[in-house]
Amino acid sequence: MPTESILHAIPLERPGTNRELMKLTRRQLLSRTVAVTGSLVLGSSFIAASNAAWAVEVKALKPESMATLIQMARDIYPHDNFSDALYAAAVKGHDDKAAEDAEFKTLIEDGIAALDKAAQDAGHANYLATGWESDRTAILRSLESSDLFQTVRGGLVVGLYNQPEVWAKLGYEGSSFDKGGYLYRGFDDISWL
Amino acid sequence: MSAPFDKNDDSVVVIIGTGAGGGTLANELAQKGISVVALEAGGRHLPQDYLNDEWPSFSQLAWTDMRTTSGSWRVATDFPNLPAWIVKAVGGSTVHWAGASLRFQEHEMRVKTEYGDIEGANLLDWPITLADLEPYYDKAEDKLGVTRTHGIEGLPGNNNFKVMKAGADKLGYKDCHTGRMAINSKPRNGRASCQQLGFCFQGCKMGAKWSSAYTEIPYGEATGNLEVREHAHVLQIEHDDNGMISGVMYADQEGNRHVQKCRIACVAGNSIESPRLLLNSASTMFPDGLANSSGQVGKNYMRHMTGSVYAAFENPVHMYRGTTMAGIITDESKNDPSRGFVGGYEMETLSIGPAFMAAFLNPGAWGREFSSAMESYSRMAGMWLVGEDMPQEKNGITLSEEKDQFDMPVANVHFDDHPNDIAMRNHAYQQGMAVYDAVGATQTYPTPPYPSTHNLGTNRMSEKPEDGVVNKFGQSHDIANLFVSDGSQFTTGASENPTLTIVTLAIRQADYIAEQMNSKAL
Ligand SMILES: Cc1cc2nc3c(=O)[nH]c(=O)nc-3n(C[C@H](O)[C@H](O)[C@H](O)COP(=O)(O)OP(=O)(O)OC[C@H]3O[C@@H](n4cnc5c(N)ncnc54)[C@H](O)[C@@H]3O)c2cc1C
Ligand code: SF4
Repeated sequence: MPTESILHAIPLERPGTNRELMKLTRRQLLSRTVAVTGSLVLGSSFIAASNAAWAVEVKALKPESMATLIQMARDIYPHDNFSDALYAAAVKGHDDKAAEDAEFKTLIEDGIAALDKAAQDAGHANYLATGWESDRTAILRSLESSDLFQTVRGGLVVGLYNQPEVWAKLGYEGSSFDKGGYLYRGFDDISWL
Repeated sequence: MSAPFDKNDDSVVVIIGTGAGGGTLANELAQKGISVVALEAGGRHLPQDYLNDEWPSFSQLAWTDMRTTSGSWRVATDFPNLPAWIVKAVGGSTVHWAGASLRFQEHEMRVKTEYGDIEGANLLDWPITLADLEPYYDKAEDKLGVTRTHGIEGLPGNNNFKVMKAGADKLGYKDCHTGRMAINSKPRNGRASCQQLGFCFQGCKMGAKWSSAYTEIPYGEATGNLEVREHAHVLQIEHDDNGMISGVMYADQEGNRHVQKCRIACVAGNSIESPRLLLNSASTMFPDGLANSSGQVGKNYMRHMTGSVYAAFENPVHMYRGTTMAGIITDESKNDPSRGFVGGYEMETLSIGPAFMAAFLNPGAWGREFSSAMESYSRMAGMWLVGEDMPQEKNGITLSEEKDQFDMPVANVHFDDHPNDIAMRNHAYQQGMAVYDAVGATQTYPTPPYPSTHNLGTNRMSEKPEDGVVNKFGQSHDIANLFVSDGSQFTTGASENPTLTIVTLAIRQADYIAEQMNSKAL
C-alpha cells in the first residue's frame, strides 16, 4: 500500500471525547489488573499506566494488541519526554475503527501477529518483550511496507502531532489571536544572533 | 438591472471562481457598472470564522474534492489525492495566501528569447511586455496595499526574518528585507494592521492581509452590480449554434442543476479546475473541449520550482511568531546560467506549525532522526524556495477515470521535474542551508515541495492561436466571449509569487472587457 494520502489516512479532528482516556483510581486499577507488561497494566478490557495516571478502554482489540500499538507508536516517533498517554490517545482511534469494521480489526490483529512472529524470529518472546529500541525498529523496518505499519504511521502524523499537549512539549504556543497575537509577545525577541 | 440577477438574464458577465483573478475581475467590472454573476463552488468564510489551528482550518477552507496524480514528482507518492493546496471558498486561495507580492522582471516576460531553446521545455515569450503591465501593477499594488510600494512602510522583522537576515549578511547577499507584502504595516483602506498572529495561511483574523473574500467581493457587492452565488459548482460551459458562449451550468449545494445565461463567461477556477472545466465542456462542435483548437488546454502546467529549508539552532527562534512570509532574499532571482540552470529563485521566510511540519518535513520518514527534528521545533528557522520552472507540454491536467460528487471526471495532475528545475532546486537547497550554517545551524533539513500552492500555465497566453489558449487580454483565441481570468493564463511562471500578477492581469482584463462591451464588439 503506498503511503496514504493525508486526506484519506487522517481523521482531521483531533483526539476528542470518544478518544479521551479513562480515569481510574489506583484501587480500581489494581483490582482489575490482569497482567503487567513494562510500564503498562493490562486488564480484560482496558490498559493503563502502572501508576494509574491514565487508562484506556479497549473495545475490539486485544489489550496486548493495544499495548503493542502504543509501543509501536513510540518507536515510530520516539519522544522520550512524551508520556504513553499521548501515544495511547494517538492510536486509540484504531480500536474504535476495529469495533465497527471487522476487516480493519483483522488487519490490525494479523499485523501484530506478524510483528510478534518477526520478533520471535529475531530471538525475542514478542515485540513488546524486545528490550532495545534499535532491535524493535529493525523489526519495524522489515515490515515497513505492511498494511499495519502504513496504517499506524500514517495515522500518527495527525493523531500524535495534532495534540495541543504535544505542541506544548515541542515548544509551540498554538492559537494566538485570542492572546492578541505576538506583536507584544515576542515576535522579534530573538537575543542570541 | 441590479443584483440579484435572473438566470435567464443573458446580459450578465458570468465569472467562475472568486479568488485572486475572479474576485478582482468581479469587483473591477461591478465598479464600472457592469452586471456580474460570480459563481463560487465553496462557501463564505470571513475573518471571524478563521481558525488559528492548521488541520481544522484546512478542513474549513481547502479544496478536498477528489483529484488524482501521476508522474515522477514526489507529491504523487506522498499525497496522491492532494496535488495542490487551493482554497474552495469565496475569495479562493487568497484566503490562504501569505501575501508576498512581487512584480515580474523584464526578461521574465520573454524567456524564449532570453534563455533560447531548452530541450524538453515548451518555452514561449508572453505576448505582452513588462511595460504593458506596469501601469496595472501600480493599480494592483495600491489595491492590495503592498508594503515597500507607494510609500507604504515595510513590516517589522520577526524572529524568523532576523535569522535569515543575519545569514544573508554573512553570505554577502545584498537584497534581503521584510518583503513586499499585501499585509498592512499600518491600518489602510479599511483594513487593520498586522498583529503578528502567525496564522497568515489559515486566513488572517485581523483582516490585515489582503484577500478578495473581504475586500473585492463585498466592495463589488456594495455597488449593486455583483451577485455572488455560493456553493455554485460549475460543471459545464454551454455554447450556441454559432459557437458563442450562451451560459454556464452549475450544481447547487443540494446537487440541483441550474443554467445561468450570459453575454460573456470568464473562467477563474485556478489552474487545475479551469482547464478541467474547459475539457469537461466538450461538445459536438468542440470535441476536444472549449478554446482548445491549439490542443494546449491543460498543458504546460507549472507549479514553480519549490522546496524549503528548515534549520535547527542551539537556541530558541520561535519562527512561528509573526507574519509567515515577511522576509526575502532576492539575490538569486536573476538569470545567471553560470549557476548551471536558467532562470532564478527567491528565498522567503516560511513557518508552519508542528501539525503541518509532521506531515510535510519529510513525508513517510520515521524514527529518531525525524522525531529529533520535531523536537527542535522551537529552535527552528525556515525558508521557502520559489523559482521559475520550465513549462513542459507533458505536464498538465487531463480528465481522470474517476468522477466527482456530480459525476463529472476529476482532474488528473501530471508532473515531472525538468532537469533545469532539479538543478535549480539543488542550488537553492545549498544556498538556503548556507544561509543558516552561516549563523550556526546545528542541523539543516532540505524539505521537499509541498502540494502545489502556485498553479500556473494550463491555459496559456500566446501571440499566435496555435501556441496557446488565450490572447494578450486573456480572451480565448477560439471563442470571443470566453475569457480566462486566473493564473492559468501565465505563459511562463517567472521566479516571483504569482498573485500580484494575477490581480494585475485581471484589472487589465476588466478594462478590455468594458471597452469591448461598450463598442458592442462583445
Ligand atoms: C498556503 C498558500 C500560500 C500562498 N502564498 C502566496 C503568496 O505569498 N504570494 C502569492 O503570490 N501567492 C501565494 N499563494 C498562491 C495564491 O493563493 C494563488 O496563486 C492565487 O490565489 C491563485 O488565484 P486564482 O485566481 O488562479 O485561483 P484561486 O484564488 O485559487 O481561486 C479559484 C476559485 O475558483 C473556485 N472554483 C474552482 N472551480 C470552480 C467551479 N467549477 N465552479 C465554481 N467555482 C470554482 C475555487 O473554489 C476558488 O475559490 C499561496 C497559496 C497558498 C495555498
Ligand atoms: S501575522 Fe499579520 S497578516 Fe498574518 S495572520 Fe497575523 S495579522 Fe494577519
